[in-house]
Amino acid sequence: MTTTSTIKDEARPKASSGADLHLANVTKRFSDFTAVDDLTLTVPSGTFFALLGPSGCGKTTTLRMIAGLEQPTSGTISIGGKDVTKLPSFQRQVNTVFQSYALFPHMTVLDNVAFGLKRKRVGDSVARAKAALEMVELQHLAARKPMQLSGGQQQRVALARALVNRPAVLLLDEPLGALDMKLRRQMQVELKSIQTEVGLTFIHVTHDQEEAMTMADTVAVMNKGKIEQMGAPRDLYELPRTAFVANFLGKSNLMPGSVTEDLGNAVAVDVAGHRLVMPKDRAVSHSGAAVVGVRPEKMRVLNLSDEYSPSANMLTGTVLDASFTGVSTEYLVEVPGIGTLATFSQNMGQAPARRGDTVRMTWEPDFSFGLDGSAKTTEGQDAV
Amino acid sequence: MTSTVERSRRRKNRGPQDLRSEEELVAERRKGRVGLYLIIPGMAVLALFFAAPVMVLLGMSLYARPPGAEIGEFVPALEFGNYATVVGAYWEVFLRSFLFALIATVAALLIGYPMAYLVAVRLRGRQLMQGILLVLLIAPFFSSFILRTQAWKQILSDEGPVVTVLRAIAILPADGHLTATAFAVVCGLTYNFLPFMMLPIYANLDRLDTNLLEASGDLYASPLTTFFKVTLPLSMPGVFAGTLLTFIPAAGDYVNAALLGNNRDTAMIGQIIDSRFFKVVDYPGASALSFILMVLILALVMIYIKRFGTKELF
Repeated sequence: MTTTSTIKDEARPKASSGADLHLANVTKRFSDFTAVDDLTLTVPSGTFFALLGPSGCGKTTTLRMIAGLEQPTSGTISIGGKDVTKLPSFQRQVNTVFQSYALFPHMTVLDNVAFGLKRKRVGDSVARAKAALEMVELQHLAARKPMQLSGGQQQRVALARALVNRPAVLLLDEPLGALDMKLRRQMQVELKSIQTEVGLTFIHVTHDQEEAMTMADTVAVMNKGKIEQMGAPRDLYELPRTAFVANFLGKSNLMPGSVTEDLGNAVAVDVAGHRLVMPKDRAVSHSGAAVVGVRPEKMRVLNLSDEYSPSANMLTGTVLDASFTGVSTEYLVEVPGIGTLATFSQNMGQAPARRGDTVRMTWEPDFSFGLDGSAKTTEGQDAV
Repeated sequence: MTSTVERSRRRKNRGPQDLRSEEELVAERRKGRVGLYLIIPGMAVLALFFAAPVMVLLGMSLYARPPGAEIGEFVPALEFGNYATVVGAYWEVFLRSFLFALIATVAALLIGYPMAYLVAVRLRGRQLMQGILLVLLIAPFFSSFILRTQAWKQILSDEGPVVTVLRAIAILPADGHLTATAFAVVCGLTYNFLPFMMLPIYANLDRLDTNLLEASGDLYASPLTTFFKVTLPLSMPGVFAGTLLTFIPAAGDYVNAALLGNNRDTAMIGQIIDSRFFKVVDYPGASALSFILMVLILALVMIYIKRFGTKELF
């Protein structure tokens, strides 16, 4: 047992920290359509970076340009400070885990993993490939052909085949897309721990917001070829800056209104006759038209007779739909003048409100966030 | 339609005793005679149009010519000497036939593969271009085989463009010819059997997953390495089929040698069989040659298959 683990540790790629990746004003136009629009982005070395967005947002095109499989129309891409824009893919220190895995069907699993090392004429390519297969716990399948493996196993071979080259940047193109839910969760944990271990720069493209948030250090939300917002998953979730981010990353209730009072650190907004307060440092604009947002889980659902803090924002409405999920009850509440809001209350033993009941929803002003008054409140809601 | 309904009804009616699984039922059906009946038509065609003629040929090749018989008069016998006679007389022609066929096969591969690659891989997704090119490549083969071969006589004639250019750049001496040479015969063979090489390779490359080429490039393989490590190995079944489909008919061909060759040093075995049969009226000799040709091709193909084919690719 001890011996195996020693061998394993030695054979593993050293925690080299990868390299910074920098994209400057990168644009990619296909004949009638701009896939990536003037994108500037820096990914520090050793980061697990997720490019998150709906299909067609330009995230895969961005990845393919970093890999050298696509040429940007304009702009530069540099890795570790070196301009690689004109370099063909086979000369870039970048490896990709393809969505379809793209394993060579005529080669054994071992030959697949050793392929990159052999091209670089690394001396002990077979030994290193074996070590990489050990890392993904597939050493016993080294002699098989890819077709003889399950989807999850193929996925791990694809990962080993890319990782074994210790690229400056590892690109993952929806690598878990073809796996079922359970395997997906398992692979998410494995991928994250491998990244932490090898310390390489990972760029992970996905349309699954949960996947992006659980794995990445930094998430960039892309929409229509541009980055809408970028930051740590928690920052993005707690303080979305655009309606698209608010709706695509989790759910939000967005209510358009206009600022009526300046309260020093906060502003009060009139939304269809309701006075809602939001802190200035969480609001994009402090005067004129504004959109007040709040996450469903930040709201409390109360009976009309329940007490609530006088400083809290409060809305009253009629329950349109209540669905009990066990952990919580999810509500759709119709508020006159505003529309339908989503909320839920955790199951603490209280009796859930029923359809047709009038309820009060309250939340602390600090949970509010303010978007630009011109924001389209439904943007990103149906994006997948 | 009805059968499905019936089958499901039958399955319902199987009752509690019949607990066999679907697989077991299939296995039982396999053991039955249905399969046997189904192959009867195919076997009958083979027996009538292949096995019987071969037996006739074999019998004929052993006929003997009685002393003083008229031309074309033979009697049934077991004259194995016929084989020795034709092998002694024509072993060089056999050798030449296989050599010509081999050169034509290699040439067709070198020409056909890039064409197939262009249409199937490079023009992937551009269906109009693919369609136009495929039609252009195949359309000539809707016209007569003889006519097309005859056309090569014009192309390679002393006044034609090929000879003119080759003479100008001194590859061909000033009084050199291309017509009635081995070169012309091989050109004809290559041209005439090119579609048999190209189409199987095209069909194979058409299914090539271009993601694999990107993956190869991503893993530091230059385009040339990618071709030799990924594209070519994956297209080997097509190459294999193409080479067989080219070599076999080319080895037995006589039209190209007859129209584009001379009567000194370009004769192919098909030509000899033709003249033995129709001109010399030596039926046993022609039959013996045909039989030897068949056996030799079969042997060569078997060696080829053993060496390169049937290897489990995936």
